[in-house]
Parts: sequence; structure tokens; C-alpha cells
Amino acid sequence: MNFYLTTLVKLLTGVPLLLQLVSLSVSLGALLAVALALMLRSSLSPLVWIGRAYVFVFRGTPLLVQLFCIYYGLAQFGAIRNSFLWPILRDPFWCTILALTLNTAAYGAEIVRGGLQAVPHGQIEAARAAGMSGVLLFRRIIFPIALRQALPVYGNELILMVKATSLASIVTLMEVTGIAYALASETYRHVEILACAGLIYLSINFLLTRGLALIEHRLSAHMRLPKLVTVDATHY
Amino acid sequence: MPYFELMGFGPLGWGWYMMSAAGMTLAVSLSALAIGAILGSLAAAAKLSRSRVAYGIADAYTTVMRGIPDLLVIYLFYFGGSLAITVIAQRILQSNQFIGVPSFLTGALAVGVVSGAYQTEVIRAAYLAIYPGEIEAARAFGMSRLLVSRRIILPQLIRFAIPGMGNVWQAVLKESALISVTGLVELLRAAQVGSGSTRQPFDFFITAGAIYLVLTAVSTWLFHRAESRASRGVRRA
Repeated sequence: MNFYLTTLVKLLTGVPLLLQLVSLSVSLGALLAVALALMLRSSLSPLVWIGRAYVFVFRGTPLLVQLFCIYYGLAQFGAIRNSFLWPILRDPFWCTILALTLNTAAYGAEIVRGGLQAVPHGQIEAARAAGMSGVLLFRRIIFPIALRQALPVYGNELILMVKATSLASIVTLMEVTGIAYALASETYRHVEILACAGLIYLSINFLLTRGLALIEHRLSAHMRLPKLVTVDATHY
Repeated sequence: MPYFELMGFGPLGWGWYMMSAAGMTLAVSLSALAIGAILGSLAAAAKLSRSRVAYGIADAYTTVMRGIPDLLVIYLFYFGGSLAITVIAQRILQSNQFIGVPSFLTGALAVGVVSGAYQTEVIRAAYLAIYPGEIEAARAFGMSRLLVSRRIILPQLIRFAIPGMGNVWQAVLKESALISVTGLVELLRAAQVGSGSTRQPFDFFITAGAIYLVLTAVSTWLFHRAESRASRGVRRA
């Protein structure tokens, strides 16, 4: 039992890095996703085509290939090695952030696009009739409704991202999987240690799903039936 | 070396090597999909059954497999499988050698077990989409359970499951890249080998990415065709 406890404690030291990877890449990816979704919905066909090509390429190739292209691949070009970007592109942390961000943005773009599409037309017309337009219309009406629609699917993407951070261990980052792998090679107790790591991911994802369900519940107050109030008639 | 000479099919080109690696990617992905289909059908049947124990086991399976990283599952199968076989060999053959499990087998199993969890939900949803009245009607006609499955359930199940299966297949194809960590020479591993010996990593990884893109694009098209073929008898609203 002691072995499992010490293993868990050691593995938990990788959690901050994991959370850092997820939070940074998901928030940057969400920004890019909104931009891409707006491109996909724009009336300028070049923008639409760029957006589509982006989504096609990043959803059609494995994340690990994207990561390797960035981390190992870019070093092939002297121009990049000599540029001011090299300190960033040499660092496995930033390469992983970049790969995760670009990857999640492609999935996020489709999710946001779906959310925007699901905004009822009547709501937009009503807002226009009330004199809203442009940014105000987007901020007050379209965005909140789209967010509510997209949240459950975005939650799934978030969980996929938590799982995807394990790839960072392949480019030498010591997050949970990296630590587990190193510990396993030291002790040769692969199965137990990897199972402990699995437990950590499972707990993180469990907490995430609970949290997301809570937010979803709060954001859909208008869609719930009112609580039934039973009045005891005998008192009257 | 210029790109097209490097990736060409000449004496110094890596073209055939990459092509055979793409074949390996396809082979291991198809095996994984098949393993996942078997596991997914079993787990879906368990989830739909009235037995609470069966439901619990299947639910635990899908929750765990969808909640932990695929890379971890691959490591677990790779190291765990080797360990198990080594221990068995020690008992039976009294040998003290470490026995490695073929990476094709562990890779296909690991990705298959993960995809099985996703296929469970696809198959379960497809089953639930079948109108129960049709099954009742078939029973009323005197068809046996087996005949009902074959004539009524299976054809519709396949039709309803095709879109979801398409998504699972895409995921399997991309997950198969992770099997490269066990040393199986599939596309990504081949690109690593090539970039290691030529020092042109970008060319190799971008080529691997392009081949994955072709594979996913072709399969999207094939699944669309399968979908329209499977629903050719369905009236459109």
C-alpha cells in the first residue's frame, strides 16, 4: 500500500504542469476557434476556404504528427533556428502548447460554428428590431446563446485535451505520464504505476465533467421546469 | 536532398518505405477497429441488458477507457502484456528470459480496447434508434429471436451506426500514430526513422501528415458513400 501512496504522491507533482498545458492551450485555442468560426461563417469566400482548409488539415492528422512537425521538424530550417522565435520553438513546453492550441482550435471552430448556427433566427431579428446591431448584438444575444449551446460539446473537447497532454511526455515534458514512465523504468513495476497514473487522469476528468454539468445547469435556468410547490391544504 | 528526390521511389528515395508504413498504419487500424467492434458489441449488449451487473461492468469499461489517455493504455498493454507473458513463460518453461510481445498485437489491442468504449455508445445509440414496434411486429409474425436479429435489427443497426462508426474510425486512424512509441514501424515511426538518418525531419513528418490526411479524407468519402447506400431504401422527408 505504501508503494501506491508514494507513487501517487510522485505522480501528483506532474498535475500542475498538466493543468498549465490544458488551461493555456484551451484558452488560446478557444480564441483562435472563435476567429476561425467567424471566418467559416463569413461571406468572403477566401476566408471560408482558409478556415475550411485549416480545420481539414488539423482534424485530419494525428496530434502527435503535428507536435513532431513543430518540435522536431522546424529545426530543419536554418532560417527558423536563427530567428528570434527559436528560443520558443526550441522549448518542448511551448512546442506542446502550440501544437495543442492549433489542434484544439480546429475542433473548437466546428463546435463554435455549430453553436452560432443554433442561435434561433427570431432572437436575432428581435434584437435587430430593438435596435441592436454589430458588436452589441453579438455580445448580448448571439454569443451567450451560442455559448450555452456549445458548452456540452466543448466540455468533451476539454476532456480530450486533458488526455492529449499525455503526448507531452513524448517530447520530454515531465507531466503525469512522463513521470509515470520514468518511475516505471526505474522500478519495473509498469502496470501498477501506469494504473495509478490512469487513476489521476480519471479523477481529473471526473471533476471536470461534474464542474461542467454544474455550469450547464446554471446556464439553463430558463429551460428548467419551475419547482413544484406542494401546499398542504389541510392547514387552511 | 531535395524533397521530391527524398520522398521519391528512386534508389535513394524513401517513397516505398513510407508507403509500406502507410500500409502498416492501415493494417493496425483495421485490426483495432475490428477488435473494438467485438468489444463494443458485447459492451453495448451488456448495457442494454436487464442485468445490473452486466451494465455495471460495461459502464465501468466505457468510463475508464474514455477517461484515461490512449498513450497510457498503449503503455499498459505493451509493458503489461510483456510482463504477463514473461511470468507465464517462467512458470511453464522455467525460462528467465524477458519476452516482448509483438508490438502489432499490443498496439491493435490497446487502440481496439479504447475504440471499443466509443463503439459501445455508437452501437447502443443505433440499437435504441430502431423503432421497437418493428421488433414486436416481427415477433408477432413468429420470427425467432435470431431471425429478428438478422432481418430486422442488424440491417437497421448498421445503417444507424455508420456515421458514428465513421467518427470512431477517424479517431482510430489517428490514434494508431501513438503505437509508434512501441517501435512498430507504422507511418509516424517510419517518419522518425527517416528523419533520424537524413536530418530532414520536417520533410518526413509533413509527408506522414499528408498521408494521414489522404487516409482520413478517403475514409470520410467512403463512409459518406456507405451511408447513402445503406439508406437508399429510406424515404426522405
